[in-house]
Amino acid sequence: MSALGDKLAGWLGRGAAEDAARVEEAALRSDRFRLEREGDWKRLEQIVGQIERGRLKRLSDEDLLALPGLYRMTASALSIARETSLDQALVDWLETLTQRAWFAVYGPRAGLGRWLRGFLGGGWGRAVRSIGPDIVIALLTMVVGTVVGWLLVSSNPDWFYALMPGGDERQPGASRAVLERTLFGNADQDGLSVFAAMLFSNNAQVSILAFALGFACGVPTLLLLVQNTAMLGALLWLYHGQGLTFELVGWLSVHGTTELFAILLAGAAGLHVGRAIAFPGNRAVLDAAAEAGRRAALVMTGVVLMLIVAALLEAFARQLLDATLPRLVVGAFILVFWIGYLFVWRRGR
Amino acid sequence: MSARGATGRIVPDAERRKRWLTTPEGVALPFVLASRGARAGAVAIDLFLIGAAIVLTTMALLWTAQGLGLNANLKGPAGHALQALAIVWFLAVFLARNAWFLAFELGPRGATPGKRLLGIRIAARDGGRLTTEAVIARNLVRDIELFMPLVFIGGAASSGGDTDVAGWMGLGWFALFMAMPFLNRDALRCGDMIAGTWVVEAQKRKLGQALSLAGAAAGPSATTGVTYRFGPEELSVYGEYELQALERVLRENRAETLEEVAATICGKIGWSAGAGDERAFLEAYYTQLRAHLERGMRFGRRKADKFA
Repeated sequence: MSALGDKLAGWLGRGAAEDAARVEEAALRSDRFRLEREGDWKRLEQIVGQIERGRLKRLSDEDLLALPGLYRMTASALSIARETSLDQALVDWLETLTQRAWFAVYGPRAGLGRWLRGFLGGGWGRAVRSIGPDIVIALLTMVVGTVVGWLLVSSNPDWFYALMPGGDERQPGASRAVLERTLFGNADQDGLSVFAAMLFSNNAQVSILAFALGFACGVPTLLLLVQNTAMLGALLWLYHGQGLTFELVGWLSVHGTTELFAILLAGAAGLHVGRAIAFPGNRAVLDAAAEAGRRAALVMTGVVLMLIVAALLEAFARQLLDATLPRLVVGAFILVFWIGYLFVWRRGR
Repeated sequence: MSARGATGRIVPDAERRKRWLTTPEGVALPFVLASRGARAGAVAIDLFLIGAAIVLTTMALLWTAQGLGLNANLKGPAGHALQALAIVWFLAVFLARNAWFLAFELGPRGATPGKRLLGIRIAARDGGRLTTEAVIARNLVRDIELFMPLVFIGGAASSGGDTDVAGWMGLGWFALFMAMPFLNRDALRCGDMIAGTWVVEAQKRKLGQALSLAGAAAGPSATTGVTYRFGPEELSVYGEYELQALERVLRENRAETLEEVAATICGKIGWSAGAGDERAFLEAYYTQLRAHLERGMRFGRRKADKFA
């Protein structure tokens, strides 16, 4: 460590002779300790100060390279000072300085771009695979929700109004022609791109909510999943009544394979956190929650990306493809892509 | 607020908010948790800035639309231009709501503008690296802690008192999330729990001069020319606690306190040093007491205070 200290002092190019004279004068051993190292500490303070002011770019490469070494030196000096020095001002200052340097050294890794590359290049899939059991639970919940929605509406059509807020022409008693019109022939409609942006921001907020509610042991997440898929069930029942099931599935599949997949993942992420809080196992609840939360956050970042894709598909591809078969082909292709990308493709194993 | 610690001394609030973390190098560091007031203030500032950003964006877009002579009834290329502006608006609002905290906390300073103004920042609770995932996790949960309750409260206010039972229950439910920082010792909000982070004060401090190098610490007094020397029995009456108190007195450097302390020490060790040269006397006593205690430390004997 002292060799490193000499090297760093050399880089600094301070007046070594002058320092040496002051060190000689000091009567206390702890003061000599302080005077010998103060130059390095001050340099660390200056580097850390630059980082704190957000002037990372103005730091020289030399300073950046020296930062970890200076940090470790200061941390070890703090340990020594605590055991050998009663200069309270020095110990307090070293504690603060070590802390500030710790923030700089162990802070978030600079470069969101690099993180994103790692995320898309395998990190996302790894995170999704690691919450596998929760995905199964969320999937079952969504299937149950759809079935429940269907059964509720078929037993009493009044349920439809409770499940589907906002009255448009899609309601019980609508003729086949009316329903068909909602599925086809909107290609020349205007305002599609605005619609896409709105859809995205709305869906993203819902899925973030599904994740965030996982904090309450996951129960609200399940409820939200059931409620959303019950709407799907009710819609399926409505179009089934007019013999348009196949057409509706085609209409939904273009963006639905992506959107439902994203909602599935968001729900699973929420459940993952909820499960860790409800059943932490041998770990402390907070540790378990933190571990699960970090994993689920990765999944959620992916969910937001998927929802952007879903909104684009919903607004453009669906309206431009005006027949059931191409819609089904596109939807199936995208579903296969997501499954392949998230579950099959592995890297660095 | 203050409470009595184990030693019977009054423990200030900052002391009670102190937590020890061990860095990966094995050095224990003290952290002071940010007070709930500071955090609330930081959020208020950030929300204000977010609101201002949204208003400014909206106004800029409206102004652009007006300048280009666009209105909602247009078709063709002009209509597309209007659509593009609408998309920009939606994305800007979404980003302001979700990315504001994220982008700032992922920066090298680990704090949003509000936090920076109030001198606080986020840190990993285990002393390790603050990861990108942790920052994302803690900010995704902000939605149910902050924005959803605000939406609910706004809904309750706009419906003018006749809110239904479900509305009130929803409000209570979200109030629970908002109140979370008050329900645990470390003032963690839900997002902190999930992410494994906490909010601490970003302390800054200037290094004080070493008192043992200045003035009469090592040599004769400038005013009287006397060199104060104390024997081992005169130095062994005090411990580290008193040494630190003496250090504070010397740094504050107020004449009446110096006189009082010098008189107390003289009384204790049976000296009569005379008036007028208290600072030199105390500097010499401080330096020699520190030398005495530090010698003891090197041999593994520590004296916490005068009772030890």
